[in-house]
Amino acid sequence: MEAVSVVSRKYAPHEIEGDIKTELMHKESRFTELILEKVLLFAGISSILLIGLIFIFLFKEAVLFFKTGHWLDLIGRWVYDEWEGKRIFKIMWQSVSLEPKYSLIPLFCGSFLVAFPATIISAVIGIGCAIFLSEIASPRLREVLKPTLELLAGIPSVVVGFVMLAMVATFVQNIFHTHFRLNAFIGAIGVALVTLPIIITISEDALRAVPKELRDASYALGATKWQTVFQTVIPAAISGISAAVILGFGRALGETMIVVMATGNAALVTGNIFSSVRTMTANIAAELGSVAQGSEHYYALFLVGAVLFAVTFLLNMVSELVLNKMRRNLRM
Amino acid sequence: MNGKSVLSCPDLKTRSFAWKEILLTGLSVFFVMIPFCAIFFILGKIVQKGIGTVTWSFLSQPPLEGMTAGGIFPCIFGTVAITLLMIAIALPLGIGAAVYLTEYAGQGLFFRITRAAVNNLAGVPSIIFGLFGVGFFILFVGRNLDHVLKTGLLFGQPCMLWAAATLAVLVLPVIIVSTEEALNAVPQSHRAASMALGATKWQTIREVVLPQARGGILTGAILAISRGAGETAPILFTGCAYFLPRLPVVKLFGAIPMINPFDQFMELSYHIFIMATQSMNAEKSLPIQYGTTLVLIALTFLLNLTAIIFRIHFRKKLGQVSLQ
Repeated sequence: MEAVSVVSRKYAPHEIEGDIKTELMHKESRFTELILEKVLLFAGISSILLIGLIFIFLFKEAVLFFKTGHWLDLIGRWVYDEWEGKRIFKIMWQSVSLEPKYSLIPLFCGSFLVAFPATIISAVIGIGCAIFLSEIASPRLREVLKPTLELLAGIPSVVVGFVMLAMVATFVQNIFHTHFRLNAFIGAIGVALVTLPIIITISEDALRAVPKELRDASYALGATKWQTVFQTVIPAAISGISAAVILGFGRALGETMIVVMATGNAALVTGNIFSSVRTMTANIAAELGSVAQGSEHYYALFLVGAVLFAVTFLLNMVSELVLNKMRRNLRM
Repeated sequence: MNGKSVLSCPDLKTRSFAWKEILLTGLSVFFVMIPFCAIFFILGKIVQKGIGTVTWSFLSQPPLEGMTAGGIFPCIFGTVAITLLMIAIALPLGIGAAVYLTEYAGQGLFFRITRAAVNNLAGVPSIIFGLFGVGFFILFVGRNLDHVLKTGLLFGQPCMLWAAATLAVLVLPVIIVSTEEALNAVPQSHRAASMALGATKWQTIREVVLPQARGGILTGAILAISRGAGETAPILFTGCAYFLPRLPVVKLFGAIPMINPFDQFMELSYHIFIMATQSMNAEKSLPIQYGTTLVLIALTFLLNLTAIIFRIHFRKKLGQVSLQ
């Protein structure tokens, strides 16, 4: 725009008629330019807007839970037990009952029992893969391997869940002789498959961002390939790798279809990885379809969603900050 | 590590180094094998068990006999319809956002906040989008539209429009990120040349930048379609039906058939989920489950493969341009 105005000013004294014409055209085009910029600005802020709307609409409904419920209900509820003949403190999620109980503890247990092992599995395998791709594989081999990994990332999670449910679950039960066919461990394997591409991609980026000079210096001091990897490259890329693992953990917490299909969906308070569990995500997926809008149960489900969103949002922010810091450090 | 000891007995040290090196290399090769074995296991098993079911009549018939026989045509139709609607919503918004971020926003605070928002949106759990779809699109936007337009209960219920809008929010980051990459790959000198010829900023974007980035944008769109076609959680409550005796089609002016965005629909990934977990007769419908999975995975794989090939081709082409 500036370039154009310079041109027109230069020609102005000699060609007055032409100048008026260009001025007019300018005004018109400047107006369209302005409108277009505003439209594009709206598109530009759409993602900020959407994140904000998700925040508002989750928490708006979630807060309404406290209209009828007490915050202690989220841990447990005193209920008269007919068998015991006395009132006991029950820590359970039992939404369809005379005295509905909305304890989040079993859901936390479930989410953690799936996401934590899944992250460990995919972190070990993923970092191994990333080291191979960035340090050992030739550029040619990498060009073949990376698109194949993208295909893994492209498998819909419902398909992974189906494979776990229909094939892997029975296979694993026959090996470990577990009581439940569908349990947290099956879910964790499935979720690990989904988080694997994320961890590989980000930690490989971090490893490759380590300057070649550092590696050369290490070799010049007589270090071997793997000594260089463990004592130079990984320490230099450790923030990127940890960001990858944090992001992977966030994805594992948020994975829905695999856990709904493969973990058995029994809301138990347990630490046993071979037990059926119900995660926060699976709980929403299983119950939101059959709930009356505006009921306490409905708000409780939004509350679960709000907690889940807050946790994953924090994890995403942390990994984003760590990655930004690493990029800035490496640029220097 | 300890230079002295290496010097004192070089032979022994190097040998143990060599062993360790080989062992560690072997270990990393083993780790790389795992994801690839997983891909081939999943693909192989599904193709092996599903290929017998997938026939022309399976693809062209509706489900019959209480979902234990027949085909999946309504699901294929629903998947295609919803992804088209989704991309029609998400693509203009995503491209617009990417254009603003690369061409107008600069590198300041606004850029960084938007960047963080896009990354965060990409990391929001898919079930949260489902909740958002119910809370925002159906109950807030839909009910209020009904209220204002006095349309009874047309907008304020689960239907294809809201399911597509929910999916569009989910795939928005995919489109923004790949469009941005494509725009950034266009050499700065081309923009400068266009401006020097007197073109305005928007003319430059329309005539110079966008045409060159076409390949990259198309790649992003294909990836987004593939992602959207495979997602289940966001559409669970926003418009999917277990079984629908009709196709979601409406006759425009009584003659021209058109996708009806206000109807519910059947969808491939939801069909797999519901058949595998809540089918009346899970044993009997097992072949249908494998067949449906094969169709879905073939669809997403073909889309992804096209996107990958496109991108490789596109990057090569741009590499040549910037060399010239």
